[in-house]
Amino acid sequence: MNDLDQLYQQIILDHAKARHGAGLLEAPDGVAHGESMQHNPVCGDHIQLRVQVEGSVVKNVSWEGDGCSISMASASVLSELATGIEREEFMAILDEFRELMRSRGARAGDEEILGDGAAFAGVSKFPARVKCAMLSWVAAEAALLAANE
Amino acid sequence: MEYAAGCAAENQCGVVGMKRTSEVPNVSSALPTTQDTLPKRLDDVEVARLRADFPILGRNVNGVPLTYLDSGATSQKPSCVYEAEQHFYENFNSAVHRGAHSLAVEATDIFEQARTDVAGFIGAKDNEVVWTSNATEALNLITYSFGNASAGLGGEAARRFALGAGDEIVVTELEHHANLIPWQELALRTGATLKYIPVDESGALRMDLADSIITAATKVVAFTHVSNVLGTVTDVAALVALARNVGALTVLDGCQSVPHLPVDVKALDVDFMAFSGHKMLGPTGIGGLYGRAALLDAMPPFLTGGSMITSVTMEKAEYLPAPMRFEAGTQRISQAHALATAVSYLREVGMDRIAAWEEHLGDRMLTGLAGMPGVRVLGPDRGVARIGTAPFVVEGVHPHDVGQFLDSRGIAVRVGHHCAQPLHRALGVVSSTRASSYLYNTTSDVDTLLNAVSDVRGYFGVGK
Repeated sequence: MNDLDQLYQQIILDHAKARHGAGLLEAPDGVAHGESMQHNPVCGDHIQLRVQVEGSVVKNVSWEGDGCSISMASASVLSELATGIEREEFMAILDEFRELMRSRGARAGDEEILGDGAAFAGVSKFPARVKCAMLSWVAAEAALLAANE
Repeated sequence: MEYAAGCAAENQCGVVGMKRTSEVPNVSSALPTTQDTLPKRLDDVEVARLRADFPILGRNVNGVPLTYLDSGATSQKPSCVYEAEQHFYENFNSAVHRGAHSLAVEATDIFEQARTDVAGFIGAKDNEVVWTSNATEALNLITYSFGNASAGLGGEAARRFALGAGDEIVVTELEHHANLIPWQELALRTGATLKYIPVDESGALRMDLADSIITAATKVVAFTHVSNVLGTVTDVAALVALARNVGALTVLDGCQSVPHLPVDVKALDVDFMAFSGHKMLGPTGIGGLYGRAALLDAMPPFLTGGSMITSVTMEKAEYLPAPMRFEAGTQRISQAHALATAVSYLREVGMDRIAAWEEHLGDRMLTGLAGMPGVRVLGPDRGVARIGTAPFVVEGVHPHDVGQFLDSRGIAVRVGHHCAQPLHRALGVVSSTRASSYLYNTTSDVDTLLNAVSDVRGYFGVGK
């Protein structure tokens, strides 16, 4: 597989179309939630992401945004992975994803931890695109922090 | 002083020297001896010869030959341009406008000769070109100087530049952020109102509204000569006439015109024009501001410090006339020299011939893209003058992904909002892909682009 095909794996293109979690969900009364808006100033892409938490569990992740296939697929994968798991577990996944993105192609994605997110390993070879892949993850991190307050 | 530059078309580069005249030197057997006898525009054979002067164009990217169509962002440079910088450092490096030693005198001559050459290239007088770091700084120079005048600096002479509540600044919706944000900030500092001439949904400037937007309260009209996104050429004469009618100053952003079209500031009759060195074959780190001499001499300085004063006490300072009034600190000497070398190269090829060639390339790009299913060319319908730039969106594929796909074929284009978010918003898109040509692009570069764009939707599984 050449670099371009590694970047645009079918799984990524599928997520870019399916867009799990797309459409912001209103948090019911009494449900803790947090929100974050992130911009990529280079291309004008943006994502608004909302998390709802119940105790230590991420209840759901919903988002709205406009961006390239990498950023949209990444938000979709994140939304699928994060829904219904412990916050701590999500933070561990986030750390793993961030390490993968910083690896400049040196790491293979760990499917055990990242699920479909492992398909983003090819993105790390394209430093200009890492920001696209990270956009929703940065938003989720900030939204979870906001949900604490 | 002899200086043999290493360009393949050596005649076009070997004109660098401290005492050279502004005449175009004789050319060798590679080209006829005067531009009058040259074809009206470049052709692929001549372009192939020119490309030998640009070593970078011979490299591979991702295993395929580079197709560079991002000259709107920055142009490539002929070897004579960076060799001129090296030549300066090897032979003349010293500080200008100070010191009595021989090197300082020679460096000063080179520096000022560069100003003469670049000023001549845009139809200005020597003392009407101020060196800046880039066009962005040139525009900020104007707005900060006007801001200083608004704060009362510069005395009576500077009063005409002062802005306050009730005064209006007019820009256009086409502007690059560099010709928008400095005016927003100036309006915030002074209490003046910022207005703009909008574009229609195709990106054409609403000239029909201009005369109701430019009013007796308008003090400045700032606008781009050529849109950096669309490549469309603004009707400068019409806007200058409207500004003149109400006594407003005119500021032209020449970043995308000076490299690609013959530009004469006196014929355009603008008061100021900013331009960029690195977009016109010159090095990074240098640009310029043209201003009418009487205006520049009356404006309060922007950056202050060494080299721009006549006398200094512990309480205050008196300033030199322009251009030195605006050139505080050690200047961009080698860069000025290299920019003059770039200008000499452009002159030798001929701006008319370059413009005609880019028109050919632009036509081919726009026609080819417009004929592709699922591709939308941005900008007004054909018939509006454009430089050789093609902005487009591929339906269902984000510009970032388009750019990535093109890069895999060795094609360099710009993707994003191109520092023109308001214009993109008016066009109903967040971002776009822009292919921009220059004198070194071939017809086959355009065809490489068109072939690749036609494969984009298939690759991403769109439109099946």
